[in-house]
Amino acid sequence: MSALLDVLSWALLIAGGAFCVIGALGLVRLRRFYARTHAASVIDSAGAGLILAGLLLQAGWTLVAVKLLVIGLLIFFASPTATHALANAALARGLKLEAHEEAPSKR
Amino acid sequence: MFAAAALALLVALVLALVRAVAGPTVFDRALAANAIGTLAMMMLAVFGFLTGRPEFLDLAILYGLLNIVGTIAVLKFFRYGDLGDPGEPEAKR
Repeated sequence: MSALLDVLSWALLIAGGAFCVIGALGLVRLRRFYARTHAASVIDSAGAGLILAGLLLQAGWTLVAVKLLVIGLLIFFASPTATHALANAALARGLKLEAHEEAPSKR
Repeated sequence: MFAAAALALLVALVLALVRAVAGPTVFDRALAANAIGTLAMMMLAVFGFLTGRPEFLDLAILYGLLNIVGTIAVLKFFRYGDLGDPGEPEAKR
């Protein structure tokens, strides 16, 4: 049972780390600001969620698990709010929303 | 296994830092700062498990609270140009 939990939490941690790297890669590689917000959301939801789940399996039923849940709840509510406020502020300040980018040969 | 997760988080932190330095607009930098905050929280949590001292989770909670307040404050400043502004009514947007 304990070995099973170890393997499961290992997989969750690796997946979470992979999603964090993918999100950060998207943060660097995507061209438009509004596209980058999606990449940042991958870090906040998938990456952080999976890593916290992996740590939760390691913690067991202790106070540490409660703290991990508090962190998860904080990210769950605060990070979409921050992303929404960010996109809203960018839109309000007149950052352009364009469907088509300049020719892709620029990259 | 915690070391692998910590390594992945470090790579992600460096990439987010690249965007924060290179970002053409202030919103790109704010977005990258927000992502760095989330990644730093994860890093603190994983590091606490890595060294066998889960007390680091308290620091992660504190960092998360500061992160959300900082992001909202910066965004409010760049949207209204003033931290004390009550905000515009919805219809005027």
